[in-house]
Amino acid sequence: MNSVHDMGGMHGMGPLQIEKDEPVFHAPWEGRVFALNLATRAGKKWNIDAGRHEIELLPAADYLRMSYYEKWFARLEKKVVKTGMVTESELASGRPAPDSPKSTPPLTADQVPGILRTGALASRDVKIDPRFAVGQQVRARNINPIGHTRLPRYARGKTGVIDRNHGVYVFPDTNAHFQGENPQHVYSVRFTARELWGPGASPRDSVYLDLWDNYLEPA
Amino acid sequence: MSGHHHHHDHDHQAVPSDPTLRVKALESLLVEKGLVDPAALDALIDTYEHKTGPRNGAKVVARAWTDPAYKQRLLTDATSAIAELGFGGAQGEHMVALENTPAVHNLVVCTLCSCYPWSVLGLPPAWYKSAPYRSRAVIDPRGVLKEFGLSLADDVEVRVWDSTAELRYLVLPERPPHTENLTEDQLAALVTRDAMVGVAKVPEPA
Repeated sequence: MNSVHDMGGMHGMGPLQIEKDEPVFHAPWEGRVFALNLATRAGKKWNIDAGRHEIELLPAADYLRMSYYEKWFARLEKKVVKTGMVTESELASGRPAPDSPKSTPPLTADQVPGILRTGALASRDVKIDPRFAVGQQVRARNINPIGHTRLPRYARGKTGVIDRNHGVYVFPDTNAHFQGENPQHVYSVRFTARELWGPGASPRDSVYLDLWDNYLEPA
Repeated sequence: MSGHHHHHDHDHQAVPSDPTLRVKALESLLVEKGLVDPAALDALIDTYEHKTGPRNGAKVVARAWTDPAYKQRLLTDATSAIAELGFGGAQGEHMVALENTPAVHNLVVCTLCSCYPWSVLGLPPAWYKSAPYRSRAVIDPRGVLKEFGLSLADDVEVRVWDSTAELRYLVLPERPPHTENLTEDQLAALVTRDAMVGVAKVPEPA
């Protein structure tokens, strides 16, 4: 979707604010929100792509106003309701409904080192022919889906060269909407800065994007 | 790092009590329903506050500086090479290492959200997740680097890596001069998080 999260190339966002000796979390609640997101996702009722999309769905003005972990908290509130973990009225009252069943946590403290060590592979070990070869010229398609996509606006319609093939990965545009993993090749595609930004850009510079087969067409 | 701005008006520095209470309320609800183990939350927080951070990546860099065969493995298959040092897993499942040289400078960003190699760098700093960095790193990388205090000559090639998929990028910075006699541990102590994102060079030892 063409919301404000897709901000590559935008102007007007102000100067960088670089904090020296920054803590990992600026307040205890930020750490709790971070951990609650990971712990509730461990139940596999939502995936990383759906999680990213939930944040993109925030109204654009809220997205820009909220701090990072405020956005994560907003996502958490949406996700626990959408996945049926809690009801709207439980969320509002802060109390479990009287008839609510008692679950078993999908993630216990002793499991934390293991799940972090294993991670979650987004690659898929399936044999699929790549549509493009390293060195081939390609164009990023001009698509404007209203759902989740990882093809930024600034690259759409632009021509680049396949720099490397990373292998086969889950396709976020469908996975975010629970419409299947649709695994396909992901390539690192090199776009010159001048192709993306015009003649004012440095002739030496370039931007590499990781793009799925479905985002590309021969050029 | 002379070009740094030191603002003290981050919106999370004056946290109103409201988020604290609201987060606590939701955590209590999830715990009461048996959906969350509070000790698991403690363990997750402890991991990223105390165990998994840029010191991991610094060890990888120092090894690559001192062991040419390791460096070659790192640049060919970063995930496996990093696993040799015991690092991997969450947000480091699919790693790529990018070598900075006098001629090529690599810079990493995630314009769409906040993708970052947790397994080697920990959780990202606020600036990495901020609109100014995400919007400008791709269109004006040299200007962004200047704000970090790094001016690159025109004849240096800048490569910006936008983390749009599940690949996570670690910059292998240039080894600074006058470090021939340092041990691997001493070298690792020089390596900064910012250098491994590509917004700084590793400074010479004082």
